[in-house]
Amino acid sequence: MERKKAIEVQNVAKSFGTFQALKGVSFDIYDNEFFTMLGPSGCGKTTLLRMIAGFESPTSGTIRLHGRDILDQPPHKRRVNTVFQSYALFPHMTLEANIAFALENLGWEKARIRDRVAQMLDLVHMTQFARRRPAQLSGGQRQRIALARALASEPEVLLLDEPLSALDLKLRQAMRDELRALQRATGITFIFVTHDQEEALDMSDRICVLGAGEVQQIGAPNEIYEDPENRFVADFIGETNFLPAEVVSVEGDRATVTTPLGPVTTWHKGAVAGAPAMLSLRPEKIGMEDQAQGHALHGTITGRNYMGGYTHYTVTVNGIELRVSKRNAVSHGASLAVGAPVRLAFRPDSARVLAR
Amino acid sequence: MSWRDFRIWGLAPAWVIMALTLVLPIAIVVLVSLSTRGAYGGFDWGLSFDSYAKILFEEDWDGNLAFTPQYLAIIGRTLWLAGLTTLICAVLALPAAYVIAQAPARWKAVLVYLVTLPFWVSMIVRVYAWIIILGNDGVIEKTLRGLGLVTDMDSLLFTNGAMLTGLVYSYIPLMILPVFASIEKLDPALIEASHDLYGSRWVTARRVILPLTLPGLMAGAVLVFVPCLGAVLEPILLGGGKTMMMGNLIQTQFGGGRNWPFGAAIAVTLMVLVMVFLMLNALRARREVGHA
Repeated sequence: MERKKAIEVQNVAKSFGTFQALKGVSFDIYDNEFFTMLGPSGCGKTTLLRMIAGFESPTSGTIRLHGRDILDQPPHKRRVNTVFQSYALFPHMTLEANIAFALENLGWEKARIRDRVAQMLDLVHMTQFARRRPAQLSGGQRQRIALARALASEPEVLLLDEPLSALDLKLRQAMRDELRALQRATGITFIFVTHDQEEALDMSDRICVLGAGEVQQIGAPNEIYEDPENRFVADFIGETNFLPAEVVSVEGDRATVTTPLGPVTTWHKGAVAGAPAMLSLRPEKIGMEDQAQGHALHGTITGRNYMGGYTHYTVTVNGIELRVSKRNAVSHGASLAVGAPVRLAFRPDSARVLAR
Repeated sequence: MSWRDFRIWGLAPAWVIMALTLVLPIAIVVLVSLSTRGAYGGFDWGLSFDSYAKILFEEDWDGNLAFTPQYLAIIGRTLWLAGLTTLICAVLALPAAYVIAQAPARWKAVLVYLVTLPFWVSMIVRVYAWIIILGNDGVIEKTLRGLGLVTDMDSLLFTNGAMLTGLVYSYIPLMILPVFASIEKLDPALIEASHDLYGSRWVTARRVILPLTLPGLMAGAVLVFVPCLGAVLEPILLGGGKTMMMGNLIQTQFGGGRNWPFGAAIAVTLMVLVMVFLMLNALRARREVGHA
């Protein structure tokens, strides 16, 4: 079944003077999707979001909302609402009035507005605070009201501009689950912008990785993490070891490369026989001592960072430094000292060959 | 010296200056207003409320007091002109301040400087300029004649309109600056949020920008309204003494009228009006804070 497109971004480019913030990006966002635009600061993700909201216009290209070109519509005509990074709650209005604002502008009847405001306050568990003002709320509560305000009119798309970045760690964790639940409950398309890859992996149906003004990869969180399209994605999402590699042969999706750790045959993206490439090998894919399985290696521990649940080791193998993370499966288990020899192994299928 | 001592003694110079330049003169004015008119001008110390009574009542040749509205009319006109000036300044200052606040950083400083520019020229010169503009054979009249729009017109000078023009012109910078300051403090995300939530430009101006710049508007209102109540130059030069305001009424009593106690009584009345206005404003501001 063909899914309905909520947003179509087509060849959208944006220049600020000589700086090209977006170099002609295209992608579709489907109805009822939790779609995340992820990238480092300056990658153009916020610019894209502001274009969909109507606060900025592209230098070229089009943006469609449910099939209609919206670029000539001012922000207040677009059935799209934003949760701002700073929340931007109106400080002179009560929470009720903040939520009612959009509905009043749409010309809803008083009784209907009252019902909807009550319903939204209930949805975000803030009913008892209805008459308060934003200044009297905590960060998490403001966040909830900003969400309730933006969702009240049932916009066709909800835009979220790094809404969790102002919250502390614990709260951020809880809000992720709440956001996801809210998206499922309302069925509204969420477009979420963040530079935090963990947030993106946790919440999204699909992630669009943006880098240097271009789409680097679009896919489900596990696709983005396990099968990165290129070096940028492999590097930006999670941690990885990049090993220099020479491509010996390519057979369909699989390539054989020589590396300082010996020959490896695995899945590849863009490898060409005879050309130099990279082998990306994530720290948790390398087993150590009792966890070691697959392609065996011997090395020496040169660094150690205890993280509680995990210990991150730096191991030198054949003159190459590898980052290895070991799950601390047993409390007060035997710890490996710096300088100790160590047995490592990885499954070749878990590594990826990427074009250099 | 402890912090506590410093708070007391550190303020001493300020207290002395305030006592000498504010409290003492006001006390003298109050005492003069309670005195009686001297035979040869000046005043004789005393304790009488005759001068205050004179504001409302006229003594005829037989010594009977009869109500007279002539001074009340001047007080009324003063309040009316000051209020109208404040309102016009506010209406003109809002868009001007908004434009300045939206201007790029390097233009902002220039525009703020331009707003304060009139203060670099003597007030008398600036008000005099309006005589040239509004007067008989002045710029406006000549232009209108030249265009053939009028053949014969009443003088624009020496009218309430002329005074109002002069007052608005003189005090509008005092409105623009605080309004500009409060617009600049306004988080632009709030304006975007209003547009985002289907608020048109008009809705955004009325429901977001105006309420959030109200503190600046109120500060500007105080800065414009209070000096307008005591304005002297505009009524003298542009009102021509035909239409009086409290400021030049007081001036006349101390000058040509040679009735110091009466002049002082009007001055005290003016001061009380100002204080009532400021207190109402402070009460409103406190209520506002209580709400926030």
